[in-house]
Amino acid sequence: MTSPAKADDEVVRAPRPQPRRGVSLGDAGPPIALVVIIGIFSLLSPDFRTIANLQNVMDAAAVLAVATCGISFVLMMGSIDLSVPGVMGASAIAVALLVANNRNDNDLGLLGVLVAVLLGAALGCLSGMALVSLKVPSFMTTLGVSAVGLGIATLMFSGVQPNISDAMLRGWAVNRFLGLAYLTWIALGCVLVGWLIQRYSRLGRYAYAIGGAEEVLALSGVKVAPYKVAVFTLAGSFYALAGVMVTSQLSAGLVQAGKGYDFAAITAAVVGGTLLTGGRGGVLHSAVGVLLVIVLQNGLVQIGVSPYWQGGVQGLIVVAAVSAAVLPQRRRNQVTK
Amino acid sequence: MTTNLQPHPETDASAPVNALEVRGLVKHYPGVKALDGVDLVVRQNEVLGLAGENGAGKSTLLKALVGLVRPDAGEIWVRGEKVRLRSVVEAADHGIGMVFQEQSLVPNLTAAENIVLGSEGPGVRRGIYRWDTMRKLAQEQLDKIGSHIDPLARTDSLSFAERQMVEIAKVLRIEERTSHPPVIILDEPTSVLESKEIETLFSQVRRLREFASVVFVSHRLDEVLDVCDRVAVLRGGQSVGETPTAGAVPSDLHRLMIGSTGSDDHYHEGLSERSVADSEPRLVVKGMSGKTFRDVDLDVRAGEIVGIVGVHGSGREDVCRALFGAEPTLAGEVTLDGAKLDLSGTRAAVASGIGYVPAERKIEGMVGPMSVADNMTLTKQKSRCAGPMVVPQKQATLVDKWIERLSIRTPHRGTQIGRLSGGNQQKVVLARWLVAGDIRLLLLDHPTRGLDIGARSEVYRLMRELANSGVATVLLADSLEEAIGMSDRIIVMNDGRATKEVACPSGGKPTPLDLVKEMV
Repeated sequence: MTSPAKADDEVVRAPRPQPRRGVSLGDAGPPIALVVIIGIFSLLSPDFRTIANLQNVMDAAAVLAVATCGISFVLMMGSIDLSVPGVMGASAIAVALLVANNRNDNDLGLLGVLVAVLLGAALGCLSGMALVSLKVPSFMTTLGVSAVGLGIATLMFSGVQPNISDAMLRGWAVNRFLGLAYLTWIALGCVLVGWLIQRYSRLGRYAYAIGGAEEVLALSGVKVAPYKVAVFTLAGSFYALAGVMVTSQLSAGLVQAGKGYDFAAITAAVVGGTLLTGGRGGVLHSAVGVLLVIVLQNGLVQIGVSPYWQGGVQGLIVVAAVSAAVLPQRRRNQVTK
Repeated sequence: MTTNLQPHPETDASAPVNALEVRGLVKHYPGVKALDGVDLVVRQNEVLGLAGENGAGKSTLLKALVGLVRPDAGEIWVRGEKVRLRSVVEAADHGIGMVFQEQSLVPNLTAAENIVLGSEGPGVRRGIYRWDTMRKLAQEQLDKIGSHIDPLARTDSLSFAERQMVEIAKVLRIEERTSHPPVIILDEPTSVLESKEIETLFSQVRRLREFASVVFVSHRLDEVLDVCDRVAVLRGGQSVGETPTAGAVPSDLHRLMIGSTGSDDHYHEGLSERSVADSEPRLVVKGMSGKTFRDVDLDVRAGEIVGIVGVHGSGREDVCRALFGAEPTLAGEVTLDGAKLDLSGTRAAVASGIGYVPAERKIEGMVGPMSVADNMTLTKQKSRCAGPMVVPQKQATLVDKWIERLSIRTPHRGTQIGRLSGGNQQKVVLARWLVAGDIRLLLLDHPTRGLDIGARSEVYRLMRELANSGVATVLLADSLEEAIGMSDRIIVMNDGRATKEVACPSGGKPTPLDLVKEMV
């Protein structure tokens, strides 16, 4: 009998991950890409590298940043959320009817904004409840909730567009502080709050853990269902705030306020390095992703790419970015769905 | 050295109370009796080894001890008190914790979070993390085992060995829940470790013994003898004996694990007529290396069944998958009937007449919701098609022919394969490679896993028929007896290398013990 220490040390064992401390290459990719893209556009276009354009980019990113902030938590869990357009539409109309407007005599001001956000939270909660209690995949529940949101928005809209006269809400889009619109500061605040939740709250950490290894949480005696509902609720409030911001920009409540923000938000999050399979990425990643998408849009205009080409070029760049991100994890006979 | 079969454990008032005691535990699964009246005693401050072959019931027993499996009958006693364990949390309340074989840590959290997961206590107040407190709590646990891991390191940045330390630190949290010394179960803790790390783990286990009882499960018998005070052996869901480790050697244990040899020789029936023509080898593998195996030489003649045996981690599964192109190879040359074999992917393998029956039948072997007919013609589409179109009549004739030939018991060819019994499913999976009639080499990865005795012998009969018709077969058997009974020749693999070839002709079969000597 030999000692358990095997004599043969050359043996090839299953590959083991090398210790990774600090920032990994996967995490550093999107910020590097952002810097590179900004560099390229700055070289190509003098119009791009102006302070005014930088302000444009930041202001254009505000709404998407808030929506993406919310969806990041859902994606971190490995779920998906398609309810963005519905929630944004519902909150956009709701806030328009609650602050001073041309349809009724309401003038709730900031309280109106709060109510609209709570409406979004309720819709998010509905998504989460359907997921955990009916065991319907989030893809379908959130698609349904989006339709519900649009339905509520359409009912409230009832054929006449509510234009807002509330000075505060209109001012958010127009007034500037340190060169940036108030809305942009709100977005930055959301990213900060989102990051704090992700880093310091049990909700944020568990969302991350659910995406990493949900079964381990169950083995450790953690009930995951309440956390899933809470994450969808939190995400819903972020979308609702994004809807309010659109109303502020347009000075009017539109059912279609959130149109296209579902896939834009998912794209931004994924480009930023958040995996759709969950467990990786986060709010800061998503913020970088949002900037990447917006800079790309803005830069392609600045360097004079024909608008007919822009959609296609953007799409190609997004696919290239995402495939670069998953490259290290590829293996033979991998099933991709 | 003697092995004494212990009588039914009795509680003796004068003796110190046992830390954990299992009496007559029974657990049925459909078609299998996983536990068939297991008795086990874990004394205080001892390291008890648990040994047994695959399917002996070890993992079911362990799961029952931590509340993941509810036994159908039998009792579990903790420190002289009868308990019912319905969840991991309840088991932890009684001081029983397990370090799982597949590591159960959340990879993207910090070590500290994993250690306190689910019982953060003062680490989280009103839903807000106190990272400082959290780190202190984790550090206390790590100190217990003298580990110097940074509690705030991300778990997936740690080595396997370090992660295992984190798991042990995590399990020791159960000390906070109970005032009694805990019982720590280590399920195959060494399977992912390297030799130096194993030594560290062993000193850790000895350290644990100072204040806890440990149940240690490993495939490597030398390790069990090295670190344990006593070993209990399971076979076929029953406790078949136990022995103190002092003075014992692996073959003693192995004799208990495999029982009296030759007791079930249904493998041998019809074997006497089989002999392999002395022809040129059909499959020749020279110096094949991959991630988990190195320099493997292998040859199989037409009509020959070659078994590959080895313990968990010997790399034999990966060799099998590599031959089918499902696992990348780094070096080596493989020829089939003299022609160089393309190992770049599974399509090439299928095109050269290689068939593969995977171990995970339900996941890799079949498409559950599809019909028997569609499953059978899945790979060889041409067999049921004219041009790009499926010809239902052609498929029906072909499938019905094979259903009859292999006597597959299915109501109809259109029945979902998921509704058949395991044995019949496996026959459909086998038939998939036979319908086109161009099969030259069959790779069978645990073809009888999860099948009952009757279904097994039908699969054996089928394997022999195929071999007699000239198919070359590589077999990774479920047990040593199966390998010996079915193979004409056996290759022993050890830590990624083919270390020994054993002739295995009818009438001159080696015993399991002969093979075990080469395996461990």
